[in-house]
Amino acid sequence: MEQARILVVDDERDYNETIVKRLRRRGFEAETALSGPEALELLGRKSFDVALLDIMMPGMDGIEVLRELKKRTPEVEVILLTGHASVESGVLGMSIGANSYLLKPVDFDELLAAIGQAYERKRLSGGGA
Amino acid sequence: MKTLDFKRLRLSIIVFTVGFSLLPLLVLGIGVKQRFSSAYQDALRGNLRTLVESKRNAIDLFLNERLSQVTTLASALSYEESSDQATLERIFALMQSSTRYYIDIGVIGMDGYHMAYAGPYNLEGLNYKNEEWFSKVTSKGVYISDVFLGFRKVPHIIIAVLRREGNRSWIVRATIDSDIFESFVKRVQMGRKGDAFLLNDKLVLQTNPRFGGHAMEDMELPFRVEGRFQGVRVQELTVSHRSYLYGWTWLENKDWMLVIREDPEDELRPLFEAEYLVWLLLAGGVAVIIAGTVIVTNTMVRRLEKAEREKAELDANLTQSGKMAALGKMAAGVAHEINNPLAIIREQAGWIKDLLEEDEVKAVPQYKEIYDSVHRIEHHVERAKTVTHRMLGFARRMEPSLHEVDFNKLLGETVQFLKTEALLRNIEVRLNLGENLPPTKSDPTQLQQVFLNLIDNAIDAIGKNGQITLTTRFDADKNELAAVFVDTGCGIPPETLDKIFDPFFTTKKPGEGTGLGLAIAFGIIEKLGGRITVTSAVGKGTTFTVYVPAV
Repeated sequence: MEQARILVVDDERDYNETIVKRLRRRGFEAETALSGPEALELLGRKSFDVALLDIMMPGMDGIEVLRELKKRTPEVEVILLTGHASVESGVLGMSIGANSYLLKPVDFDELLAAIGQAYERKRLSGGGA
Repeated sequence: MKTLDFKRLRLSIIVFTVGFSLLPLLVLGIGVKQRFSSAYQDALRGNLRTLVESKRNAIDLFLNERLSQVTTLASALSYEESSDQATLERIFALMQSSTRYYIDIGVIGMDGYHMAYAGPYNLEGLNYKNEEWFSKVTSKGVYISDVFLGFRKVPHIIIAVLRREGNRSWIVRATIDSDIFESFVKRVQMGRKGDAFLLNDKLVLQTNPRFGGHAMEDMELPFRVEGRFQGVRVQELTVSHRSYLYGWTWLENKDWMLVIREDPEDELRPLFEAEYLVWLLLAGGVAVIIAGTVIVTNTMVRRLEKAEREKAELDANLTQSGKMAALGKMAAGVAHEINNPLAIIREQAGWIKDLLEEDEVKAVPQYKEIYDSVHRIEHHVERAKTVTHRMLGFARRMEPSLHEVDFNKLLGETVQFLKTEALLRNIEVRLNLGENLPPTKSDPTQLQQVFLNLIDNAIDAIGKNGQITLTTRFDADKNELAAVFVDTGCGIPPETLDKIFDPFFTTKKPGEGTGLGLAIAFGIIEKLGGRITVTSAVGKGTTFTVYVPAV
C-alpha cells in the first residue's frame, strides 16, 4: 500500500517540522507550510492526499484555508488540529468538509490512525470516481 | 457597615418628615394664636371703650339729674319759701326720701350768709362770699364744684344755682357726698391691677384711685392730656415695666376726666387658657406625628433593608456568574496557549523516541537514561494535557443535552461509585430520598459529575470516620428539586466560603486537586437553570444544596 502524501500546515515551525520529520521517518511523503497562503500555494504545485490543518493561525485561519482548499482541491482529505477546544469550530470544519478534528496535544498514534483513516477514505472515494 | 447606613437613613427620614410635618403645624399654631390674640386684644380695647363710655354716661347722667333737681328746686321756690327754714327742711326730707345723694341743702343770700339750711352740719355764721364757687355761680348762674373739703372738712362737691326774682337774687346750693363718685368708679376697679378714677382739668384726683394717690392730690398719668376732646381714647401703656390698657374720656357736663385702667393679664386669662389648650393640642399633635413617623420609617427602612439584602444576594450570584464567564474565557485562552507548546514538547519527545530506535543510538551507554527521561517528559505532558483539557471542558460553552432524569436514581448510582472509598475510610453514607419526586430535565452525565464532585469533596472533608447524609426533596411551590449533601467534616471557614466556587481555588495539596471541581459543578448547575448554595461551620461540617427545576 502506497504511503499517503501529507501536507502539515501550522504556524508553529517547531511543531510543524517535528511532525514532518516523524511522518517522513514512518515513510510518509510530508511537506510543511507555515501559513494558509503558503499551504494553498504548495497545494497548487503538488498533489497531496491528506492535509493536517491548524485552526488557529495568524492571518488566514484554518477554516478559511479549509474553504479555499475544498474549492481548489476537493479531493484532499483534511484533518483539523487545534489547541482550542471549540466545538463550534470543529463542527463548522466538519460541515465544510474536514475529515476529522483533533485536539492538541494529540497522541501521535492517534494522529497516525486519523491519517490512515483519512487516506483510506480518499482512496475509496478516488477509486469510486 | 450596611446597618450603620440604615441607621443614618432612618434618622434622616425621621428628622425630615417630623421637621416638614411640624413646621406647618407650628406656623399654623403660632398664626392662629397671633390672630386669636390680636382679635382678643381688639375685643378688650372695644370692651374698655364701651365701659369708659357707659361709665361716663352714668356719671354725666347723675350730674345732670342732680343739676336739674337743684335747678328745679331753685326755680320752684319763691324767695320767701326759700328763706323759710321749715320749708327747706321739709323739701330736703322729701328729696332724701327717694335718694340719699345729698348731704345738705342751703339757700344763701348775695351777702354770703345762709338764709336757710337743711342738713346735719352747723354752718351758722359762715360767710361764703369769698369762696371761689360763690363768685363762679354769681357770674355763671350754675356751678358744679370739684371735690373740696370746704368749712366742714369733709370731701364733697356742691351744685349751686343762682335764682333771680325781680331785683332779688339768691343761691340754692346742694352738697353731694363725693363718696357717690367713689362708688361709681369702684365698680370698675377690676382685677388685681385694674383701676378707675376721676380727675379734674388740672389733673387733681376727684376720687380715690386704688394705686398711686388719694382724692384731691395731683395724679401722675402715663399719657399726656392736652385739653378736652370728644369721645374715648384707648391706649396700651407701660407703667413700671407692666403693660396696662388705659381708657379715658372727658365728662360732658363737667371738666372732669374719667380714667379706667385694665390689667391685660387679668383680662387675658381666658386667652392664656385657650393658649394653653392650643399648646396642649399642639404637643399632642407633635407626639402623634413623631410616633407615626417613627413607626412608618421603621417599617419602611426594615423593608428597604430586606430588599437590599436580597439585592446583595442577587448581586453576589450575578457576580459569581460573571466571574465564571470571564474566568471561563481566560481559562480557554490559557489552555490554548499552553496546549501549543505542550504539543511541541510532546512531538519533540516523540521524535527523540523515534531516534532512540536507531541502532547507533541504542548503543549509547546512557540509552536507558535517555529513554526513561523521554518517557517521563511524555508522562508529564500527558498530565499537563489533562489539566488544560479540563480547563477547556470548564470553559466549553456547549448546551447540555437534556433528558428527563430521575434525581433519586442518579444520586443512588453516583453513591455506588464512591461506596468502596467511603467504606475504606469508615464513612457512613445515609440516603434520605424523597418519595414521588418528579423528574428533572437535565444532562445526566453533567449532573452526575456535580454529585460526584460534591460527594468526593465531602469524603475529603471528613477524612476518616464520619457521616454523609444525602437528602432529596421536591418543593412544589417553586417547582424545584433539591439535593442536600451534609457532611460531618472539617467545615469551611467563612473567609474562604465565598471563594470555593472560584476556579483553581483548592485546599488540597498540589497534584491532588485542580480546584476546578466546584467551579465546574457551579457552571453545570447554572447552565441547567439551577443553583448551588453552601453553609458551613468549622469543625461541624458543610452542607451543599443543589437546586434544579423540576419538569
